[in-house]
Amino acid sequence: MALFDARRRRNAIAMALSLAATGFGLAWLVVVLGVLLWKGVGGLSLAVFTQMTPPPGSDGGLLNPIVGSLVMTTIAVALGTPLGILAGTYMAEYGRYDPLTTIVRFINDILLSAPSIVVGLFVYEVMVARMGHFSGWAGAVALAVIVVPVVVRTTEDMLTLVPDTLREAAASIGLPRSLMIRRVAYKAARAGMVTGVLLAVARISGETAPLLFTSLNNQFWSANLNAPLASLPVVIFQFALSPYEDWQKLAWTGALITTLAVLALSIAARVLTGQRKPS
Amino acid sequence: MSGLASRAEALRRLQRGDATFRWMTRAAAIAVLVILGGIFISLVHGAWPALRAFGFGFLADDTWNPVTEKFGAAAAIYGTAVTSIIAMLIAVPVGLLIAMFLTELCPMWLRRPIGIAIELLAGIPSIIYGIWGLFVFAPFLQQYVQPAVIGAFDGIPVLQDVFAGPPYGIGLLTAGLILAIMVLPFVTSISRDVFEAVPPVLKEAAYGIGCTTWEVSRRVVLPYARVGVIGGIMLGLGRALGETMAVTFVIGNAHSISESVFAPGTTISATIANEFTEAVGDLYTSSLIALGLILFFITFIVLAAARLMLMRLNARMS
Repeated sequence: MALFDARRRRNAIAMALSLAATGFGLAWLVVVLGVLLWKGVGGLSLAVFTQMTPPPGSDGGLLNPIVGSLVMTTIAVALGTPLGILAGTYMAEYGRYDPLTTIVRFINDILLSAPSIVVGLFVYEVMVARMGHFSGWAGAVALAVIVVPVVVRTTEDMLTLVPDTLREAAASIGLPRSLMIRRVAYKAARAGMVTGVLLAVARISGETAPLLFTSLNNQFWSANLNAPLASLPVVIFQFALSPYEDWQKLAWTGALITTLAVLALSIAARVLTGQRKPS
Repeated sequence: MSGLASRAEALRRLQRGDATFRWMTRAAAIAVLVILGGIFISLVHGAWPALRAFGFGFLADDTWNPVTEKFGAAAAIYGTAVTSIIAMLIAVPVGLLIAMFLTELCPMWLRRPIGIAIELLAGIPSIIYGIWGLFVFAPFLQQYVQPAVIGAFDGIPVLQDVFAGPPYGIGLLTAGLILAIMVLPFVTSISRDVFEAVPPVLKEAAYGIGCTTWEVSRRVVLPYARVGVIGGIMLGLGRALGETMAVTFVIGNAHSISESVFAPGTTISATIANEFTEAVGDLYTSSLIALGLILFFITFIVLAAARLMLMRLNARMS
């Protein structure tokens, strides 16, 4: 009986611990988001979206970094998505049994988790150092390098889920393979592929490290992609570490905006497929 | 006749289009390899002056002096290792326990919401963890936790050195704790997935001979899912090693190797983030890129090992 009690006791302790661990994990989410709301909401106003970043000590907003982030994110998605979709298409359609696919999948999965600061160094070496100056283009390319593996992964996964009977039906009515892929397979996998792009946008919206030495930062309004360009994460980084209280306040507001955007995107991606995020 | 010719022409066009599309997809797939190769080559190219100047001593030297242009990576490597170890020591047991809760204990209707909530932790951008760590978490640790811990271990050999003051708030431990929160969702979600993939028959058999939930998890589920769990842990470790922004805010950026986990330090990624744009002189820049090369090399090996394990698991399952 003593053994029975000991086993039951051990079980109860383990279960209590697992419950506590779950509470611990959830508590962090609540604490981080709670603090963010608490500190960030106060600064939310129309001025944040209509005015430029201020010099210390005066009022201002986050218009130029918000626009800079939007521009670079758009270009990054425009550059990275087609490449990612094409590569994913090869892996799922043409080269399903090709050894090249196994290698690309392996390398892509590594790129998916590779430190983003290394991507920043890479783009610095091939673009910034060559051109001799920081630029919005370099920032967008760095983000595109992060977009590609996310899109490759989801495209391949989603195309693999498309039943082969659909492909055979398309082939039997004489559709060439490329048309079958574009008209039938893409259509069937569309929701999943859009999810991939949304996840990629969510991922790069908060990325700071690859922008630090590619697009750098810009205190002023700029639409010139050949010059340093402000972005929300880099401005948050700079303002948060500054000694000025109004800058720190703007940093919190910017952090809130970024987080809300990122979380909205990742929740939208989930709703769209009803599936779990691929790791 | 002309109908036939135009038909042949249309077919040729389709064939050409088919070949072009196929060629484009293959080129895109190869481009993924080129990106990785490009990263590696450009880092080696950028790091070359520093590697030539310092040789393998770069890895073991802990001086980092921009004025005399003496650089060594030891302090940054040490900080990266210590913060990652702290993160994994916390994230692995907690993540496994949460995964166990989600697969064995949690009522069905709550599993999905809790799973998503934990995964949202991975969705929060790292700079948010950084700003939160600097303004909220570090002051909290400095005021309430660190003085108590320093007091508690005072006079105990070894431990009094590991937890030696003064309480700065920022430092290796703070960075490690924040990394633990960031890595937790990776360990949890992969562990949960592999736990769920354990055949129910195995669990039912164990329950049938009277095992408790804990015994089933510990003796049946965990051994069966071992490869996947280790893969998930390695994936989390890869993240912890390369994480930049969250660490940069709270590490203190001090190029020194200290016994105490309360002391400020630096990591490879934090050094690059902090100093790269301010680096003057080719050797300084090159040394920072050499740090990046070391980081890339370490994470590549860790992530490759993780993927190989997960691939082996997938092969076994299908």
